[in-house]
Amino acid sequence: MPEPVISIEGLHKSYGDVEAVRGVDLRVEAGEIFAVVGPNGAGKTTTLEILEGYLDRDAGRVEVLGTDPAEPTRAWRERIGIVLQETALETLLSVRESLELYAGYYSAPRPVDEVIDLVGLAGEANRRAGRLSGGQKRRLDVGLALVGDPDLLFLDEPTTGFDPSARRQAWQMVAGLRDLGKTVLLTTHYMEEAQFLADRVAVINHGVVVADDTPERLGDRGNLPTRISFQVPSGGPSPEEAGIEGITIEPGSHDEILKATFESSSPTADLARLTSWAVEAGIELESLEARRPTLEDVYLDLTNR
Amino acid sequence: MTSIRLALHEFRFSQKIFWRNPGSVFFTVLLPVLFLVIFGTIFGNDPIDTLGGIPTTTYYVPAIVTLAVVSATMVSLAVNLTTAREAGLLKRGRGTPQPSWVFIAGRVGNAVVVSALMVVVVTLVGKLLYGAPVPWRHAPEIALTLVIGAASFCCLGVALTAIIPSREAAPAITNVITLPLYFLSGVFIPENEIPDGVLAFAGLFPVRNFFEAFFTAYGSDTTGFSVEWLSLLAVAAWGLAGLVLAVRFFRWTPKP
Repeated sequence: MPEPVISIEGLHKSYGDVEAVRGVDLRVEAGEIFAVVGPNGAGKTTTLEILEGYLDRDAGRVEVLGTDPAEPTRAWRERIGIVLQETALETLLSVRESLELYAGYYSAPRPVDEVIDLVGLAGEANRRAGRLSGGQKRRLDVGLALVGDPDLLFLDEPTTGFDPSARRQAWQMVAGLRDLGKTVLLTTHYMEEAQFLADRVAVINHGVVVADDTPERLGDRGNLPTRISFQVPSGGPSPEEAGIEGITIEPGSHDEILKATFESSSPTADLARLTSWAVEAGIELESLEARRPTLEDVYLDLTNR
Repeated sequence: MTSIRLALHEFRFSQKIFWRNPGSVFFTVLLPVLFLVIFGTIFGNDPIDTLGGIPTTTYYVPAIVTLAVVSATMVSLAVNLTTAREAGLLKRGRGTPQPSWVFIAGRVGNAVVVSALMVVVVTLVGKLLYGAPVPWRHAPEIALTLVIGAASFCCLGVALTAIIPSREAAPAITNVITLPLYFLSGVFIPENEIPDGVLAFAGLFPVRNFFEAFFTAYGSDTTGFSVEWLSLLAVAAWGLAGLVLAVRFFRWTPKP
């Protein structure tokens, strides 16, 4: 088995009396996009800043690219790129100048123009950082982390505060890093983001990892029942006649409508039974929907325990 | 050699940022020149008898040079480093392979170069507007005073960031420290107007000592190598204290 890019065992960190991280274990493999999710104050940023070499830990074993981040070396810093939670840019330097400044910090930087294209700022290369939009500033920030051509990239809430289209652009950019063979560790509050980008997701709550799996399997998501819902006119044949167990029927949005829902572990068979009943009874199943639990459903369940 | 290359890289960008910031250009470059013109206008050009009859404007050249160097070094560095710290720029930079000292070195280099430029500018403006003599013969003493003073006030500026809690507080705190000292030390008001006791008190602080060193170095009536060693030593002692405090208390990140 190849060495993991990041391995954490029994990580602890307290601020005074507050235990921010209480025994985190994680492994991130090379080439993965790994998302860490969890409520505010769960210990995500503390964990990240320990991995980045900013914070000392109280206990636990941590290795990042084979090095203990508590003793960062120059050679190690050459191989990692960091985007902090708060964007920090020299507002008076242009996009190109900002990247040139950071390129000078690395022994083998990626060409500046390549990075400008990679983060989608070709049109703003000569614009000062202070005059960019919020999303563009964040992308320049990611560019500064990429200009050293790192093997591992840390992104702390890279798209917080973005509008939906800026978020999509940022996702395309991060997904593109996978093609470059980079390993990415990101934190996020957006489950859609974790779903779209991540190969694996870890949920941190109250300083411990409560779940760690692929987005599809997280929290036993793959085995959770499908939720099926539809509407029928009131006063007609009742959906109860379809012979489905556990169906609940409630009044719909107005008098003439009833809303029916049930959870099914064999949705194909149940849907077949339901639709044949409806065809025979000659009624239309309005707003028919079969919904798998989303990552957000699982996340809320895991973090509200 | 690598270290020098890294520091020069940082310095080059510090220069760009400095000249693009209207605030730093106004307060560091234009304001001292403005002060020289204002004081020359208000106090006229009468000879100061207690100082060997030198014209008031000749007195003001080393005075404003003192102010300009303190402003380009201590004040600029304190404000600039606090701003960079609070904006997270220093923290971000520390996440790169760049050795941390380079981030300070680039800005110190900028402060020293701007100081040297201001010595030349203020001296030339004094010559052009008021005919204050350009002390070519004393260039080595002026250079020595500049180097020791700029280095010392840079250390004090870095140390000051430790007591400045926020970006907004930086100009206020540096002004509270420098403005009274400019008045008490004879930088704003000719020293023959200031009581001896006040001057003696000001002599405990580096601004007065720095001014005395510049005043002697600029002295047109002296021949040979004229250096106010005691004053320079006092400036250097303050600088050393600043260095110790800076090393001990400098923060790279905003307070959590």
